[in-house]
Amino acid sequence: MAVTSKRETYLESILKMGYTRRDFMKFATYMAAYMGLENSAVGQIAHALEKTPRLPVIWEHYQECTCCSESFIRSDHPIVADIILDKISLDYTETLMAAAGEQAEAAKHDTMKKYHGEYILCVEGSIPLGDDGNYCCIAGKTAIEQFKEAAEGAKAIIAWGSCASNGCVQSAKPNPTDATPIHKLVSDKPLIRVPGCPPIGEVMAGVIVHVVAFGRLPELDGAKRPKAFYAKRVHDSCYRRAYYDAGLFVESFDDENAKKGYCLYKVGCKGPMTYNACGTIKWNNGVSFPIQSGHGCFGCSEDNFWDNGPIYERLTAVPGFGIEHTADSIGKAVTGAIAVGIGAHAIASTIKSKLKKSEN
Amino acid sequence: MKEKEFKRIYVWQLPVRIFHWVNAFSIVVLAITGIIIADPPALQSNHEAYETYYMGYVRVTHFIAAYFFVAAMLLRIYWAFVGNKFAHWKSFVPFTKKWFSNLFYVIKHDVFLLPYNEKKSKLLHIKVGHNSLASFTYLIMFILALIMVFTGFGLYAQNTSWWLPKLFSWVPVYLGGDFTARLIHHITMWLMLFLIFIHIYFVIFHDVKDKDGEVSSMINGHKFEPNK
Ligand code: HEM
Ligand code: SF4
Ligand code: SF4
Repeated sequence: MAVTSKRETYLESILKMGYTRRDFMKFATYMAAYMGLENSAVGQIAHALEKTPRLPVIWEHYQECTCCSESFIRSDHPIVADIILDKISLDYTETLMAAAGEQAEAAKHDTMKKYHGEYILCVEGSIPLGDDGNYCCIAGKTAIEQFKEAAEGAKAIIAWGSCASNGCVQSAKPNPTDATPIHKLVSDKPLIRVPGCPPIGEVMAGVIVHVVAFGRLPELDGAKRPKAFYAKRVHDSCYRRAYYDAGLFVESFDDENAKKGYCLYKVGCKGPMTYNACGTIKWNNGVSFPIQSGHGCFGCSEDNFWDNGPIYERLTAVPGFGIEHTADSIGKAVTGAIAVGIGAHAIASTIKSKLKKSEN
Repeated sequence: MKEKEFKRIYVWQLPVRIFHWVNAFSIVVLAITGIIIADPPALQSNHEAYETYYMGYVRVTHFIAAYFFVAAMLLRIYWAFVGNKFAHWKSFVPFTKKWFSNLFYVIKHDVFLLPYNEKKSKLLHIKVGHNSLASFTYLIMFILALIMVFTGFGLYAQNTSWWLPKLFSWVPVYLGGDFTARLIHHITMWLMLFLIFIHIYFVIFHDVKDKDGEVSSMINGHKFEPNK
């Protein structure tokens, strides 16, 4: 894919694709709403997309399943897919670019050289460090080499999805390829983590549009996630929360309570520990989200979610003891052992004092 | 034994006793509500959600008890600096030779019930304050309590807009998420409970064996020491 010498603005690209100005304004309004911004921000976003030439974006794929890209192109507003992700915006992405092979590599290097210090590096997937990184190679180079090269001239880095943010399934124990999330591999660049397996399309669009419109990363929390989408737990925006507070729980997936739509906490819902926007933005253009379909939250946007205990149980599993040993069964066993110890001690000391008395 | 062989000593000052009972009571409440939060028993089913607030009350009780727990802890930390020698922080830190010799004495004769020379070692080693093993246990207990406060307030920071719990919002992030924070919170509860069971047993044991009024001392502050 050739890099055009004069960069179009976003508005120009959008109009060229056949959208009307009205579509464009609607798009800006959607985005401001998703980001939780005030009304006045709509104008700012529209203005920025009108004036700023589009940002060059390099989108790398390492160890992943492409569900993040899939989620992104299905996000609510078609302009996201058409304009932000289409070949106009992306100078390099394995999944969607028209170019292939050496041509594609050349385009990427062109962008990296020409827009050094300006382009946004999006990363989908974790990077294997085991066995010299040979588990994932692209264009004859290991993923870590590719990444280091691309990160060097990036203005900012976006780690898409749980793979890039926390290693996801590849880094689950025993992590055979030593899959490593992006934030552990760079320290000198602004970086944002957008976890989820995949992240919600609108969340991804919101992040990208924010970067584009305001020229900087959105406000981040302590874990480098965008506050606008990850400040609340799924539990806090869950429509079944009233059942949780009332203590009305589904006990098994086929019981009467499940039919009534009670809270899924006891069949393993991880909503109370999971920071994500599923309860508000939902999935597939707001159609539903897992809990609405009767399945507990998986905790897919949390670190190590594959290793965080049983999926369909509430009990707290203790790592290193095997999954059948939950904290409580260990607790009860040790309590029993202590009770036995105390009993033995009490009997022994009584016998001893009796013996002493009879000696006297 | 005849009464005159004992003398009455004021050991536990009022703030220490207040701390002890607020602490004990809040831990009982925290453990019960905590276990319900961890794995709620199926109590409700014939209600509509708007008619009951069972888990809500359990959680709010947990959080109120948590504030009592922390308040008592702060009082005790303060008293560790201004209180009498039995309450002082120095009595918890194992550094002196005497401390170690008392530790071995307690392990040998109180825990393993080995015979001792009554006249010599008993008078030397019975302590009206904490014995070495007990004080060391309380030091561990204090560390466990700190873990509870840090993980607990770290999880709670999410539920509030007050700045004080918010000060702890970095804790779950540091630990790698709410999952890990809750796991640590849960396991530490069990560790505390183990120490508490042992603590209660040995208090009664010493009361019976040494006749020093150990159980009532936490109510009226006085212990009895054999006259030397
Ligand atoms: C002796 C002290 C304490 C005990 C025994 C205790 C026990 C527990 C237990 C067993 C749980 C359930 C954990 C799980 O999900 O497996 C829990 C949850 C929790 N505790 Fe504590 N806790 C104590 C102190 C505190 C303190 C000081 C706070 C501070 C506010 C606190 C705040 C919380 C919070 C926020 C939760 C999660 C509740 C939820 O998200 O619904 N705890 N506690
Ligand atoms: S279903 Fe899950 S997220 Fe919803 S209230 Fe119950 S525990 Fe919370
Ligand atoms: S509900 Fe939970 S598991 Fe499902 S997508 Fe949202 S965060 Fe991931």
